[in-house]
Amino acid sequence: MKLLRKYRSGSVNSYLNKIRRELFNIEDHMNIHEYQAKDLLKQYGVPVLRNKVVFSAVDAGAVAFTDFVAQGVSVIVVKAQIHAGGRGKGIVHHPATNQVIEINGKPLRGVTVVTEGNLADRAFQISNGLINNKLVTIQTGEEGKIVRRVLIEEGCKIEHEYYCSILLDRSVGKNVIMVSTEGGVEIETVAEETPEKLIKVHVDPTAGFMPFQARELAFGLGLSGAPLKSFVSFITTLYAAYETMDCSMLEVNPLVVNSDGAFIALDAKVNFDDNAEYRHPEWAALRDIEEEDMLEVEAGKYNLNYIKLDGNVGCMVNGAGLAMGTMDIIQLAGGRPANFLDVGGGADTERISNAFRIMMSDPHVEAVLINIFGGIVRCDRVANGILQALKQVDVKVPLIVRLDGTNAEEAREILRKSGLNFLVAATLQEAAEKVTEALTLKAVTA
Amino acid sequence: MSVLVNKKSKIIVQGITGSEGTFHSSQMLQYGTNVVGGVTPGKGGTMYSGKGEDIFIRPVPVFNTVSDAKAATGCDVSIIFVPAPMAADAILESISAGIEVIVCITEGIPIRDMIPVQAALEGSSSRLIGPNCPGIITPGECKIGIMPGFIFTQGPIGLVSRSGTLTYEAVRQLSDVGLGQTTCIGIGGDPIVGTRFIDAIKLFNDDPKTKAIVMIGEIGGSAEEEAAEYIKKHVKKPVVGFIAGQTAPPGRRMGHAGAIISGGKGTAADKMATMRACGITVVESPATIGITMKQVLSGKAPSKTSSKPSVKKLVGKKATAKKATSKKSSK
Repeated sequence: MKLLRKYRSGSVNSYLNKIRRELFNIEDHMNIHEYQAKDLLKQYGVPVLRNKVVFSAVDAGAVAFTDFVAQGVSVIVVKAQIHAGGRGKGIVHHPATNQVIEINGKPLRGVTVVTEGNLADRAFQISNGLINNKLVTIQTGEEGKIVRRVLIEEGCKIEHEYYCSILLDRSVGKNVIMVSTEGGVEIETVAEETPEKLIKVHVDPTAGFMPFQARELAFGLGLSGAPLKSFVSFITTLYAAYETMDCSMLEVNPLVVNSDGAFIALDAKVNFDDNAEYRHPEWAALRDIEEEDMLEVEAGKYNLNYIKLDGNVGCMVNGAGLAMGTMDIIQLAGGRPANFLDVGGGADTERISNAFRIMMSDPHVEAVLINIFGGIVRCDRVANGILQALKQVDVKVPLIVRLDGTNAEEAREILRKSGLNFLVAATLQEAAEKVTEALTLKAVTA
Repeated sequence: MSVLVNKKSKIIVQGITGSEGTFHSSQMLQYGTNVVGGVTPGKGGTMYSGKGEDIFIRPVPVFNTVSDAKAATGCDVSIIFVPAPMAADAILESISAGIEVIVCITEGIPIRDMIPVQAALEGSSSRLIGPNCPGIITPGECKIGIMPGFIFTQGPIGLVSRSGTLTYEAVRQLSDVGLGQTTCIGIGGDPIVGTRFIDAIKLFNDDPKTKAIVMIGEIGGSAEEEAAEYIKKHVKKPVVGFIAGQTAPPGRRMGHAGAIISGGKGTAADKMATMRACGITVVESPATIGITMKQVLSGKAPSKTSSKPSVKKLVGKKATAKKATSKKSSK
């Protein structure tokens, strides 16, 4: 479906994000840092704590002094900014030696609360340990993520931690607001073990989010008095922010109430609906390219939908569904997909060539399967594109090509006549068998 | 017989003068679809016969609004090729004009725009297919979408799918083993779609000409499970199913709200297990959809629990698949 790709301004693609989220459980492309999320929420009037982001340890020390200590703040929190959750429990490692970074004999974690000593000195010391080292959390996997930005935030007296999120419930096509008294913990556990502690209201699109619904949630949390008032105001503002910002999910966990009975977003996770990118030019500035995979950023430049995986069979397909189906075939044939790559509808020479180059720059690829079902796209054009691409990219692994649909016979003839060493398959079944053969041969010769 | 659309359907194209609208209108007309007009605001009152390489086999009238088009042509189906920023408005216009079947091809409509559309559909007599879908086709009668018409053949299979090219793959396999289709519906992969699996399954179940159903799902959401439960209770016709995305690494927790609302039941393994438990013949390889349906209909179906084709089994089926292909190409 090439329609409307051209209406997108950036390289962010909602379908790719869907695949990312649902197939690989990887975070969205259009992800933003905690400090950015808080800045946005603040603009909409959602209460957050005083905070400031820094990019170096020296700045951390300076900011901790001028913006916090000098303003009478006696507790600060130093938080690593990466695109992944679980930072509080995550441990910092040296990126090369993998050694655990320690401060005062204790492993350094992604979030540190500083209550005593010289706060500015401590902020410097902690940030120095964080910046340019890698933080390994439950969500980053073993490879971790390099910390490049650190958030300094004032501390706060917490009376209780709650949970709150807003997202689309696609089973009913309405937004749902969920709150729980069990804040600060993994919400999946709450949903599994104590589902009664998760309170939900759906927002009617015609009426909008109503005050009585805000009160329902508040009473559901057992609130009264000042906290009740504060919560109603908080959740109403938060919902307005969610809608106006075109979020696909907004999660505040923990949502805390302080000793004055005021609700504050202690953490915030914002996911945008990429389809709305065209009306949010401000999103471009929020992107952090350093958090993204370099090959994926490269692929994005050519509007290719590419996700790098750690398998041994590269694949290049048109259409996301067929791409996923092809990956399934590779797995059933005894291989492991090295990537997800959907070249989309307009599979011209340049596109195929770029896709090829990106796919082949992964050194683990032992065989390649090209699977194109030509509907509107003509297979003979795709075949010529592949030949063109091969002139520019040196391929030393078995190359299985399956072209079906419009002008498929002509396309196969073009490949056969090229004199190049293709394994040409007519059906998906045949392609699967050729992948198995290629991998078996490889195993025998190795 | 077919579901939703047939040779009597009168179709208008919203966004007919745009490049996508023009190209696909020419293809639809070529297929024999009864396109009775188009809508492009500001170009009402003219006749349009395509542009550039895409010249229509006959010119069609253009109207300013959908209700104008309906008053003049009596159209009952609309297909939308309007860019994403205006697409939700185009759907609402068709609902307001009382169009029975609205097919929205447009990809990339923001969720915030689709929520009111969903609400408007609920109180109306309109049915929406899509958005972000390949459309609907009743082979030999009408093609209302962007699919390659030549791979479809007439026959007894109803097909419903969330994906585009994977649908073509399945249809090619069905046609190759001599199984034509009553109607094929691409419902689209967006979080909010007008027609869900369960709706399409109901339609096929009620259609006397549809003897068996193919459903092609994907990871994410729970629409496949919902349809499977319905099939278990109400559908006597054989159903063959496939879920794309089995390659997902298992067990990594997302740790946020998305997992409990939309991803909780979303894995391929969960979906396939539920579908099997509901009596659906689930194939693990998308290469065996056609041949499995053939076996199911000839009574040689692999039982619900044993349809796990190993690599060896796949190779064993080679001969049959090849024979079917050569039969097709010798036509």
